Amino acid sequence: MTRTDKETLLAVEGLGIAFGGLKAVNDVSFEVKPGEVVSIIGPNGAGKTTLFNMISGVYRPGSGRVRLGGEDVTGMAPHLLARRGMSRTFQNLQIFQSITVLENAVTGYHLSERGPILADLLSLPSSRRRARAAETGARDLLARVGLERAAEREAGNLSYGSLKRLEIARALALDPKVLLLDEPAAGCNAVETEEIDHLIAEVAASGVAILLVEHDMKMVMRISNHIVVLDHGERIAEGDPAMVSRDPAVIAAYLGADAEGIHADG
Amino acid sequence: MRITPKLATLLVLAALVAITPFFFPSGYYYRVGALIFVNGIAVTGIVILTGYAGQISLGHAGFAGIGGYACALAPVHLGLHPALAVVLGAAVSALLAYLVGRPILRLKGYYLGVATLGFGILVSMVLNNERDLTRGPDGIDVPELGLRALLKDQGLNLTNGEFWYFFCGICLILGAWIALNLHDSPAGRALRALHGSEVAARTVGIDVARMKLSAFVISAVYASVSGSLLALQNKFITPDVAGFMHSIEMVTMAVLGGVGSVLGAILGAGILTLLPQVLTVFAEYEQMVLGLVMVLVMIFLREGLLPSILRRLRGRGE
Repeated sequence: MTRTDKETLLAVEGLGIAFGGLKAVNDVSFEVKPGEVVSIIGPNGAGKTTLFNMISGVYRPGSGRVRLGGEDVTGMAPHLLARRGMSRTFQNLQIFQSITVLENAVTGYHLSERGPILADLLSLPSSRRRARAAETGARDLLARVGLERAAEREAGNLSYGSLKRLEIARALALDPKVLLLDEPAAGCNAVETEEIDHLIAEVAASGVAILLVEHDMKMVMRISNHIVVLDHGERIAEGDPAMVSRDPAVIAAYLGADAEGIHADG
Repeated sequence: MRITPKLATLLVLAALVAITPFFFPSGYYYRVGALIFVNGIAVTGIVILTGYAGQISLGHAGFAGIGGYACALAPVHLGLHPALAVVLGAAVSALLAYLVGRPILRLKGYYLGVATLGFGILVSMVLNNERDLTRGPDGIDVPELGLRALLKDQGLNLTNGEFWYFFCGICLILGAWIALNLHDSPAGRALRALHGSEVAARTVGIDVARMKLSAFVISAVYASVSGSLLALQNKFITPDVAGFMHSIEMVTMAVLGGVGSVLGAILGAGILTLLPQVLTVFAEYEQMVLGLVMVLVMIFLREGLLPSILRRLRGRGE
């Protein structure tokens, strides 16, 4: 399958933002299509998370456009983006610590389970039905990420790797068209990384467009269809894994930091 | 049938309301009980706002004032039945909460605390100074609800103290039921989620500003109904009901008992309502004691009395 077969789902056009005169991200463009894994890589401080935050509505871009399914969604509030099928995870986990693992996953169903608040206050059958459906879905998702046994535990007590998977489960609960994953394997051991790796491949195979920021180069080279390389906020290279790993500019940017890891030897 | 935490809470409340009168040394304690229930209703609203949604109000007594004075004024000036005056007061409170909360709750942080502080002071000033309407600081008479006479016709003869005790008790159980329904519902889950992380709540599609506003409006209705019940049972109301101290009392009761737990917060209301009745010296030092309770709870029992006790019991059970 070539990249041109399908309609573009997420298009980033000349996106940029400056913080106090410093250009954190400058004129970055790329596209993500359904079923594709597109990875953003680059040294620390290259602007990857900033780019994510602009796409997902956490920051308002200083310049450029974000299009989702053809619609201009630049700077749109995150909850409205969620309604349009965008879902994300965070580099430094955003888990609801004091509620159970199951409830964390259920919150991912907010858009499908919400209803008139009066029905919720009076616990009308319609409200209970909505809640029950969300809970059933959440239990299935927890099983899919291997957390079904931890369902009733308080989320704050889980290991880091489990929380990472819980966050992915919650993001999947939205039934997203586009999924943004910010370092899903960071801090995970080899086994956990492989599990997340499989999960991402599986989700992409189901037709979801995936945008990934990840430091684990083996993982990136293995699962990406397309890679965008950032350095100092600028796009310095773009292409499939083999192309990117041979690119002189990319090797130069990584020299001293991770020059070995860039080769697709995994 | 499985005993859910919701059912357990309601059973405990119902048992307390039904059984404690057998231990009352005198009729006077019906009145104390009714006061506890009235405060319990207001505090249940605080649980929704602060415990679920993580927002702070320092002017909730303003809504109690509106509820109370609605019962004094609407029957006289609008010819409404006192029961409808309760509804009118709740509607006005809800509308004002909406108007105050809408612009404020779009902002992140503690702006609601500051804005409600101003709101409470404003209501209190109006009640004190609009003498033509409210008769000022001396207070104003409130008409009879009339339900007791109705029950008497049906053959149920209760003293005034008994009637208000059971009536407020039933209202409290109803209010607790609604708050507990909300807790486990989709909307309640969204509130508790945004309390945990607003960023994450937004990414799952929760309209954070709107949900916070809903919680604020609902909690304002609780405070308003509480003020109405206070006015109706006393057949008299003064602007003190809307005073700053009353707002602080509500928050302290909830925090003492456990702001995340309906039963805990009601326990807090019970303790702080009972204390001045038992220790008459307490009245003189009320402000000092409230402050001390706040500080001690924050240092030693961050979750409040009941959740801390339950946690300890559960820890021992394992």
